[in-house]
Amino acid sequence: MKYSLYLGCVIPNRYPGIEASARRALSRLAVELLDMNGASCCPAPGVIRAFNIDAWLALAARNLSIAEGLGADVITLCNGCFATLADANHILKNDPKAAERVNAKLAEVRRSYKAEIEVYHITEVLYKEIGLEKIKESIERELPLRLAIHYGCHLMKPSKTRRWGVVQRPTFFEELVEALGATSVEYKDKMMCCGAGGAVRSGFPDVALDFTVEKLENIQRVGVDAIVNVCPFCHLQLDQGQVEIESKLRRKFEIPVVYYTQLLGLAQGFTPEELGVYMNKTSPTYLDKLREAWTTGQGAPAAEGS
Amino acid sequence: MTTASEQALTWKSLSPDFVKRLKDAGFENISTCMQCGTCTASCPSGRRTAMRTRQLIRRSLLGDEGVLEGDDIWLCTTCYNCLETCPRDIKVTDAIILLRNIAIERGHMLPTHKRVAEILLETGHAVPINEENRKKRAQLMLSELPPTVHSHPQSLEEVKKLLASTGFDKMVAGKK
Repeated sequence: MKYSLYLGCVIPNRYPGIEASARRALSRLAVELLDMNGASCCPAPGVIRAFNIDAWLALAARNLSIAEGLGADVITLCNGCFATLADANHILKNDPKAAERVNAKLAEVRRSYKAEIEVYHITEVLYKEIGLEKIKESIERELPLRLAIHYGCHLMKPSKTRRWGVVQRPTFFEELVEALGATSVEYKDKMMCCGAGGAVRSGFPDVALDFTVEKLENIQRVGVDAIVNVCPFCHLQLDQGQVEIESKLRRKFEIPVVYYTQLLGLAQGFTPEELGVYMNKTSPTYLDKLREAWTTGQGAPAAEGS
Repeated sequence: MTTASEQALTWKSLSPDFVKRLKDAGFENISTCMQCGTCTASCPSGRRTAMRTRQLIRRSLLGDEGVLEGDDIWLCTTCYNCLETCPRDIKVTDAIILLRNIAIERGHMLPTHKRVAEILLETGHAVPINEENRKKRAQLMLSELPPTVHSHPQSLEEVKKLLASTGFDKMVAGKK
């Protein structure tokens, strides 16, 4: 299995732990990742697309052309990058006039968009291509944790240009979490937005944080060991957001935030340092619970128990 | 400060061209909006701000260009709840994105948004690398600079060229 790895901005430049964990965890699952040398910002779907749709489409097409050059479909680790690259790919594949206009621009930098590849979010690759069984086989220890799942908006919406077929009651992320021996805990308004998207975090940070407070309150009420996500921008809003909420609103939530491949990597036997777990702003207090469980024999490999 | 009566719509302030622009951009069915308010009901931003999605669509359909000047169109996080729930299948979120494009053309851009656009123009990333994260990358045994435009100056030139030929650079420069 071979993919062009699209990194985006927030992952390599703010949360490199997400990048390291994804590279390590996916390599354990025999996924080969090709670097998209010279890729730029996707560009951001709610920000740059909101400023100038033509510029957004041209830069997205340029990024897609890099993956076409590698001859491998794109894997993204970010819901926002996924939204831009998947939606731009959809527009360019279905609207010949738009493709022609964009190719005229790309010709100025000696590139072209050929409509040769697909764009996948990492959860699609994990759930549909690799599958839960192989994921379970890849882990060395289970994670007996109570987790609050945050899907993020652009992973499944707009549903007409996504491949999930469900919007309101998805279960694939829960299944991915349960494959690691963890429990997904239901909470109020689970599918609610983190608040960061659509240039609201940059334009109206207090409004964005108000979304986040509501999510954190709902999660706090059910009591979890961590919040797990599959988008670095949601990750940033929920993680760095707790630092901002503490300084601006004097409210402490202290709920650890973790990206899915950081948990997958822990289950596969990588150290927290290799996965950049300590680089998240929230303290990974769940590690204490895991160490205790592992030393008392809980979380033995799934294969031995069956 | 404008008074409420000054803010009120008059037929003189309405622009039919504005409605046509929306329809021509792929929102042909926008006039089938029956003002049911499902969009507003589904909107997490409307739960905490004065932004009302239903009203944005109504004002746009009337040709009220005042909709381009306020903060409301910028309070949408693009969560797509409205687009998913609209019983008329109107691409509400995408229409708000188009309203933002028109607002920017008319010079309505927040200073913080302008800064994001400038950073993209300078670096090719909306969020570029910094010292702290170069160190973190090295600790993780990753290349200190990611294999993006950050490692390929020629690629950054390509990005700048595309941003110039699509008018993005002028858009940023034109707004103080």
